[in-house]
Amino acid sequence: MKFTKLLATAALGLGLATAAVAQDKTKVGFVYVGPVGDGGWTYEHNEGRLAVEEHFGDKVETVFVESVPEGPDAERVMTQMALGGADLIFTTSFGYMDPTINVAKKFPDVKFEHATGYKRADNVSTYSARFYEGRAVQGLIAGHMTESNIVGYIGSYPIPEVIRGINSAFIHARKVNPDVQFKIVWAYTWFDPAKEADAANVLIEQGADVILQHTDSTAPQAAAQAAGDVITFGQASDMAEYAPKPRVSSIIDNWAPYYIDRVQAVMDGTWESQDVWHGIGEGMVGIGEITDAVPADVKQAALDLKDSIASGEYHPFTGPIKKQDGSDWLAEGETADDGTLAGMNFYVEGIEGDIPQ
Amino acid sequence: MIVIEKRPQPSQLWSVATPIVAVVATMIVGGLLFAALGKNPVEAIATIFWEPLFGEYAFYYRPQLLVKGAPLVLIAIGLSLGFRAGIWNIGAEGQYIVGALTGAGVGLAFYPLEAWYVFPLMVMAGALGGWAWAMIPAILKVRFGTNEILVSLMLVYVAEQLLASMSLGLLKNPEGFGFPGSRNLQSYPSGHNAELIEGTGMHWGVVAAFVAVIFAYVLLNRHMLGYQIRLTGEAPRAARFAGVRPARLILFCLGLSGALAGLAGLFEVSGPSGQVSIDFNVGYGFTAIIVAFLGRLHPVGILLAGGLMALTYIGGEIAQGNLGLPAAAIQVFQGMLLFFLLAFDLLTNYRIRFAGKEVA
Amino acid sequence: MDLSAINPVLLVASLMVAATPLLLASIGELVVEKSGVLNLGVEGMMITGAISGFAVAVETGSPTLGFVAAAAGGALLSLLFALLTQVALANQVASGLSLTLFGLGLSALMGQGYVGVKPPPTPKLDIPVLTDLPVVGRILFGHDLMLYVGVAIVALVWAVLKFTRAGLILRAVGENHHAAHALGYKVVRIRTLAILFGGACAGLGGAYISLVRVPQWTEGMTAGVGWIALALVVFASWKPWRVLLGAYLFGGITVLQLNLQAAGVAIPVEYLAMSPYIVTILVLVILSADKSSAPASLGRTFHASH
Repeated sequence: MKFTKLLATAALGLGLATAAVAQDKTKVGFVYVGPVGDGGWTYEHNEGRLAVEEHFGDKVETVFVESVPEGPDAERVMTQMALGGADLIFTTSFGYMDPTINVAKKFPDVKFEHATGYKRADNVSTYSARFYEGRAVQGLIAGHMTESNIVGYIGSYPIPEVIRGINSAFIHARKVNPDVQFKIVWAYTWFDPAKEADAANVLIEQGADVILQHTDSTAPQAAAQAAGDVITFGQASDMAEYAPKPRVSSIIDNWAPYYIDRVQAVMDGTWESQDVWHGIGEGMVGIGEITDAVPADVKQAALDLKDSIASGEYHPFTGPIKKQDGSDWLAEGETADDGTLAGMNFYVEGIEGDIPQ
Repeated sequence: MIVIEKRPQPSQLWSVATPIVAVVATMIVGGLLFAALGKNPVEAIATIFWEPLFGEYAFYYRPQLLVKGAPLVLIAIGLSLGFRAGIWNIGAEGQYIVGALTGAGVGLAFYPLEAWYVFPLMVMAGALGGWAWAMIPAILKVRFGTNEILVSLMLVYVAEQLLASMSLGLLKNPEGFGFPGSRNLQSYPSGHNAELIEGTGMHWGVVAAFVAVIFAYVLLNRHMLGYQIRLTGEAPRAARFAGVRPARLILFCLGLSGALAGLAGLFEVSGPSGQVSIDFNVGYGFTAIIVAFLGRLHPVGILLAGGLMALTYIGGEIAQGNLGLPAAAIQVFQGMLLFFLLAFDLLTNYRIRFAGKEVA
Repeated sequence: MDLSAINPVLLVASLMVAATPLLLASIGELVVEKSGVLNLGVEGMMITGAISGFAVAVETGSPTLGFVAAAAGGALLSLLFALLTQVALANQVASGLSLTLFGLGLSALMGQGYVGVKPPPTPKLDIPVLTDLPVVGRILFGHDLMLYVGVAIVALVWAVLKFTRAGLILRAVGENHHAAHALGYKVVRIRTLAILFGGACAGLGGAYISLVRVPQWTEGMTAGVGWIALALVVFASWKPWRVLLGAYLFGGITVLQLNLQAAGVAIPVEYLAMSPYIVTILVLVILSADKSSAPASLGRTFHASH
């Protein structure tokens, strides 16, 4: 048995060697949590991969495995890619965090990029997008557009990422419309089109005339269209097939610039471990075209907000902001630090209801 | 005209030959599918079946076969005993989840205490959790005659909701920045089901799977209880005359299969997976049912079938990565393999004759 | 909290829509189980129907043709199950599970070109006067045609099982296949037809999701409805009208919990999501006192040895 171990370690070393002696082509692996045909989260990551292929042409080779369950299966797929000579591996789901760290330990010469996590190492970077910046723009449009003063919000799971989006949208809706109320429904799924449709219908029936969604299917868009006078925003992808109405704008996950950038860094030998949280300014969060269903002045206000966020002039969480229980959070002019935002587990003042625990 | 006749005895020859015939048939039809998708069929088939076993990186994949196959075999062994006696537990997925929850729960309760007894307690809790979850359909069946197929299936969905609730609530990692999922047991030495010898894939779950195979073999061939199980399945009336107490058998079979599924869950959550998360379960409990039947409900057969399933999973992933085959094509391929294995099994128990006019 | 925000009329109307895929799949499976066959492949047949219907509706522009294709697609897949279990005499539980695996893969392959495509809209019934009636108008006369087809199929199955000779034969085969065979009925042929009917209904249910309720195509979009359909058949104790009731109840719980959330009632979502299954188990326990409800030959392989 000792022998087996020796053999295994030796062979692993060999695997490293082949991986390290990079061929003329840079090999990039992608691990996806869903099918590339999900039309949302995984679809957009795959678009990023295709952009890498297009940008580098013959200089790059990409591989991907889709629908990889989080856990040991993910670890195996990553190892397989590393053994197969990948120089850079993007692991595109929060649940891949520990597997990524485990595999990265075994392959110090392979670079890893883990999306939305918080554990890093010398050869593991993390990257995530400041989707809440886009939520601020949506909130502004929603606050202006709602006539019933009820905005419906479909959440997936009550986790910081989603809560941050709700708070950001709410703050900016309230700013332009002090009477606005949010109705929040938790679907407890990232992906279940039928349930998302139900959730949208329920919100519309209870008077919402604007629907924001943090789940990935177009089901809520279709529900809004059927209901008539309701507006929605595309999520993850542009969902332009529902424009100009109900879809009046969208948040687009645009991973392509970042992926191209990082592949280039590996090629140049300048890759370093980093923690990246990019927003509208860097182009990771895209704001889909604001359609003519939105009045010109509102559209202009939304674009101005977008520009001021993009330039770094304005932070969507700028005080004075109180927490839901009335306690102070941010003083006048103070902006939220990334640590608090990353772990956000409270609503801001004015939102009704409790975060499910 | 074609006539299907039941053999007086299952054919020894065909019971060995059918799996081979089925695999060959799958290779042919699957090859056609891959060709239709524009891939080289020979290369694709070779990648799936050859690469994990004898390819360049087989040193890594062979241990992975153990990691992937062990839970399947462990669960399937438990199920097969019940299936033989006509007791249908198809809720192993739920028992797997509950075993993982109770086992991990005990481990996390002790965190960060380092002591030798933590892991054994977790193992006991895991087995107990699975057992208790399986006792629900068992007791309902014994007491009220309720159909255990449906009750155990329903309990899978209850267990899945329980898992979501635990990942977001009670077992959530307090240092996880509010993200769902528990602490990682891999970084808690006393609660970690680590590889016994590094690089071999052998963890306690693999050991347990092998022990279960031997145990089931001995039970079925050498023990009174095993005889009763077989008799009940083959001739329920005769079994009653022979003094078999059905209620006891139901409690035993469901309880044992539940405990083994719970163990599989515990070994997975404390080892390869490491943490309780919303999507912790990946269908081992359902796949194990297929494994049990592919293995003809025989312990050695199940061991082989579990290995074959693990092979198609791992080989399928390699084919995705290396050849760009979509995951869906691998699923279809697996489905075909199962169809052919199930269909050709006919030849073991039945004889096909091309009967002429001489039929009396 | 603001319970007055919940409009009961709209609640009922939308739970009917939510329940229809479940209803279609369950009523099909009910017929299959009445014939003594347990087909656990409902999910696989539904998703195959969902993509078959979607693809044909998109290509032809006709939702009606789409639904026809969905029924055909579901039935075709169930034919595989029939071949396995009725001709090759394979175990039904394992065959059904394999069928689901196969169907999920196959549908994903078929649907590769249809992600992000919008299907032609399925028109809603709009009868002057009737649809505009207060309360009942919206509930009874304001839906798309398929919803009524679903209810009609339930009525049809009920009538056939209860009043016709064909229904009697089907039930006889399900209760005791040896006796039915001795009486000269073609057990295998009858069961195969039942399986095909089940496949067609499951296909329709799947297409209702991809064409009406969502409407879009994404991989795995049936998201477990097929499994709930299996539960529902038992919940209904193999009685058609109870399937209707059960489907509305199951669909209703989902819609109701979302309504309560939106109205600001703090409810433990996971525990409410469990409740249909726990209720089903309770119903099973109560039913088990009545031995006559489950078809006696359910799940057993039949081979005519003489």
